[in-house]
Amino acid sequence: MTITEKILAAHAGKESVAPGDLIKARVDLVLANDITAPIAINEFKKTGAKDVFNRDRVAMIPDHFAPQKDIKAAEQCKMMKDFSREHDLSLYFEVGRMGIEHALLPEQGLVVPGDLIIGADSHTCTYGALGAFATGVGSTDVAAAMATGECWFKVPESMKFVYYGELSRWVSGKDLILHTIGDIGVDGALYRAMEFEGETIRSLPLHSRLTMCNMAIEAGGKNGIIVPDSITEEYVKGRAKREYKFYTSDKDGGYSEVKEYDCSKIPPTVACPSLPSNTRPAAELSHITVDQVVVGSCTNGRIEDMREAAAIMRGKKVSPNTRMIVIPATQQIYLQAVREGLTEIFVNADAVFSTPTCGPCLGGHMGILAKGERAIATTNRNFVGRMGHPESEVYLSNPAVAAASAILGRIATPEEVE
Amino acid sequence: MIIKGTTWKFGDNIDTDAIIPARYLNTSDSQELARHLMEDADRDFPDKVKPGDIITAANNFGCGSSREHAPIAIKAAGIQAVIAKSFARIFYRNAFNIGLPIFESGEAPDRIREGDEIEIDADNGVIRNITRGEEYPANPIPPFMQELISEGGLIEWTRKKILATN
Ligand code: SF4
Repeated sequence: MTITEKILAAHAGKESVAPGDLIKARVDLVLANDITAPIAINEFKKTGAKDVFNRDRVAMIPDHFAPQKDIKAAEQCKMMKDFSREHDLSLYFEVGRMGIEHALLPEQGLVVPGDLIIGADSHTCTYGALGAFATGVGSTDVAAAMATGECWFKVPESMKFVYYGELSRWVSGKDLILHTIGDIGVDGALYRAMEFEGETIRSLPLHSRLTMCNMAIEAGGKNGIIVPDSITEEYVKGRAKREYKFYTSDKDGGYSEVKEYDCSKIPPTVACPSLPSNTRPAAELSHITVDQVVVGSCTNGRIEDMREAAAIMRGKKVSPNTRMIVIPATQQIYLQAVREGLTEIFVNADAVFSTPTCGPCLGGHMGILAKGERAIATTNRNFVGRMGHPESEVYLSNPAVAAASAILGRIATPEEVE
Repeated sequence: MIIKGTTWKFGDNIDTDAIIPARYLNTSDSQELARHLMEDADRDFPDKVKPGDIITAANNFGCGSSREHAPIAIKAAGIQAVIAKSFARIFYRNAFNIGLPIFESGEAPDRIREGDEIEIDADNGVIRNITRGEEYPANPIPPFMQELISEGGLIEWTRKKILATN
């Protein structure tokens, strides 16, 4: 069996499962945000359940339109807060404690290896980087799981992605996953598990692994997953709030497809409008001017991403034609950035340094594009209208490319500004 | 179940931001969501669409976010069913969970033209094109999904289970 199958089997109370099986499985954690929780809460009430299945395993994170951007958003957030108080949930995060859900939960050790996690947010697949099975579902699924502690799943086929060779300078997990999506397409892994492995992955830092698993959904994948190892152990020890278990894949796990990538040939990569699969080397896009640069999101809003962008920005200025918005994904990252002097670098460069929020990633607030404007962002989606007006455009990249582009006011490689 | 209606045609990879843009997600009011259905893919769509219509699309319909607002907006606009070559998986789950009938068919989305009158025979897995006098097979709905639909969706199914265990 593959790691995905083993985790699903363990949570379904079965010896083994096979792709295609429909199972009912126990969930370790259920989460929802300020967009998806209101529907989940209303549906939960209709189930007739008096209480949630476990008050310590339901996470409510207002991060999308929070800090509350308008009255409607405030009402949605309040609904989460009221529900959390009513059911005495221990994992409700008020503004000031909240961060972007998929950065916050791993950071706080609230999701751990071997877990089965569902969230009413498609990027729940991020936690696969810890060797957990994590997948996005809808609000109704979350409502039912909050009531019963269980969810139904179709066991997915697994695809294996093998990465070998050394990474070029300024290439990180973001480039590997963009390159992969560019290769297989936005439905290339539809309904399937994406298991990332190989020598490059074995030495890939955890933040880059989180970035890769985060974008599994952009290839249609059900989950992204990496077999845990010493890098995982290093990350979770001292942080995990619960016991964890390392699962591995059997040698002949049974994969529907295997893809191999020579990482030494992967350059800093950019996804052009309006699909994450529309990838090109950053170096070929130097004619594309940008009005806005965003560094942040659940994909690339971690401290390592802040450091990478700051390393480029140090002593430089954002182009007069461009605005740059830097958004650390959690309060802890924010504080760390302040301590390390990264905030000062950004502010001196004439960039904005924001409180944690999803904000512009989904065109919510804090940096919306006007008609005809163009942005490069370290986020994960560049669909039509994703960051604002339907006639605006979004390019996706890693933090170093985004920072270099801010300085030159056009898409640039880090080498151009060094 | 027989579903009959007029079709609207869309292409590949219609994402949830196109179905209902995130800027409207500060509400979960279904009628308000329906007023913005598909507007980033076709600005006039909310005015053109009529209750009872059917959407057809090519591959990977509903890709992107997990927002249930997407199938909810479709249902609230009165769309009776969606036919596509394939659906993104979270959309697929959500549609069944909230009781929006969806059908996978390799042939129908290519053959059907916008404005065709069609009839979906869900029990026999057949899509009939009345305008063109053609028939196309639809993939069978998995038994568990049929159970969900006949129980009235996931919440009703869960409610009955909770009642039974109390
Ligand atoms: S940062 Fe963007 S992709 Fe991530 S959870 Fe927020 S809106 Fe979704």
